Amino acid sequence: MPRAATAPSPIRVLIAKPGLDGHDRGAKVVARALRDAGMEVIYVGLRQTPDDIVRSAIEEDVDLIGLSILSGAHMALLPRVVKLLKARKASDIPVFAGGIIPDEDARSLRRVGIKAIFGPGATLEEIVTTARRLARPRS
Amino acid sequence: MSPVLRLPPAARAVVAGDRRALARLISAVEDRDPAAVASLKALYARTGRARIIGITGPLGVGKSTLINRLIELLRARGLKVGVVAIDPSSPFSGGSVLGDRIRIEKAQGDDGVFLRSMASRGHAGGVASATREVCRLLDAFGMDIILVETVGSGQVDVEIRDIASTSIVVLVPHLGDEVQTLKAGLFEIAEVFCVNKSDLPGAETATRDLSELAALGTDRDGWRPTVVPVSAQAGTGVETLWAAVEAHETFLNADGRRDRGERRRLAEEVVGLVRERVGRELTGSMDRDRDMGSLLDRVAARAIDPHSAADRLYRELRRSG
Repeated sequence: MPRAATAPSPIRVLIAKPGLDGHDRGAKVVARALRDAGMEVIYVGLRQTPDDIVRSAIEEDVDLIGLSILSGAHMALLPRVVKLLKARKASDIPVFAGGIIPDEDARSLRRVGIKAIFGPGATLEEIVTTARRLARPRS
Repeated sequence: MSPVLRLPPAARAVVAGDRRALARLISAVEDRDPAAVASLKALYARTGRARIIGITGPLGVGKSTLINRLIELLRARGLKVGVVAIDPSSPFSGGSVLGDRIRIEKAQGDDGVFLRSMASRGHAGGVASATREVCRLLDAFGMDIILVETVGSGQVDVEIRDIASTSIVVLVPHLGDEVQTLKAGLFEIAEVFCVNKSDLPGAETATRDLSELAALGTDRDGWRPTVVPVSAQAGTGVETLWAAVEAHETFLNADGRRDRGERRRLAEEVVGLVRERVGRELTGSMDRDRDMGSLLDRVAARAIDPHSAADRLYRELRRSG
C-alpha cells in the first residue's frame, strides 16, 4: 500500500543527478514539488556516481530514488544504479527517472527495472502521483 | 551488557555492522515505531562511548562545509564518524528538503562514516525529537565521534545542549554588533565559537567581540568558551577548532563534570519520556471520556478555569495510576 503524505511517517525520496551534466533546475523543481506533497526529499544534487547514489539511498533509508539526467549517458548510468541496488540487497527501493530519454531507450530502461520515466512534457502532478504509487512500503 | 545473541534481530544487525539495518532502525525510531523501542532498550548498555559534538548556528554560516572538513580531519586520525544533519520540515505540508549531503561529500565512499539526514518533523529547538536516540544508534554501531548539525538556528534553538557534550556555535562576520553577543540563548550554549568565513573582512572584529564575551566569564562550571577563526571552505583553522573541542572534552573529564552533565541530560530525557506519555494519555482520554469532554465544555463556557480543570485532571491521573 502506498502511504498517504499525511501519514506520520513521510515518504523519503532521494533526488540525484547522475553523471556530468550541470543542469539541475528540473531536479530542484521536482524536489520542491515532492516536498510540497509532504515528502522528505534528500537532495544530493549534481555529479553523483551510481555508487554514491546507492550508498546515500541505503544510509538515508529512502523509499524511492528519482534520477534526473540530461547528458545522454542514461543507458550507461541508470542500469548501473539498478544493478548496484541489487548487489547491495536493496532492490526493493524503486527507481524512476526524468530527462531527455528517447522512447526506444525508455523501453529498454523499463525492462532493466526503471519503474517510470518522465520526459520534458511531464507535469509535476503526474510525478507526485507516480512517486506516491511507487514508494516502497515500510516493513 | 547483554550477550549479542539475546538482542532483538534489528539491534543485533546494527551491532554486527550492517549499514542497511542501522538505516532502517533509524527510520523506525524516527517514525516512533513501538518495535524500535525494544531495540533501543537492548542497545542502551552498549552506548555512552561515542563523543557527541553539536554544531549549531544561523543558516548559511557554513555548518555543513565545516562538518565536511571535520570528517576529513577525524578520518585522518583513524576515528569513525557518525553525522546527523537536521533540516526543517514544512509547517504546511510536513515535507522537507534535506540538502546537507551536497556539501558533506567526504561522507561518500567511506565505511568509516555514516551520514543521516533528519527532518525536524515539527519539533522546535533546532533538532528532531528522535535525534538523541539516533545518536545512540550510531554510538552502538561503533562510531567514535558523532557530529550533530542542527537546523539553521535562531536565538532560542538551544536543545542541542541536551544532546551534545560540546557545542560549537558557528558564526560569520557582520552578524550584528557586540550587543548581540550579550543576549541570552544561542550565545550562551557555546563551549567553542567558530568564526567561519574568516577570510572575509570583519572577521577580526567578530573574533575580538566574541573573545571579550568569553572573557566576561559567565559561569559555565568554570569553562571559558574558546573562539577560533576558521575558513571551512579553504580548510584553515580546522585543526585549531578541533583542538578546542578536545580541550573542552578533557576539561569535562576532570572533577566529575562529565558525569554531572550526563546526569542532567538523562534527567531531562527520562522526564521528557514520562511527559510525552502522560500527555498522550490525557489527550487520548479527552477524546474518549465523556466526563473529560464535559470538563472541557465547562472550561469553554468559562464555568471553570483552565488551572482548576488541570488540577482535577492531575488528581484523577494520580488516582488511576
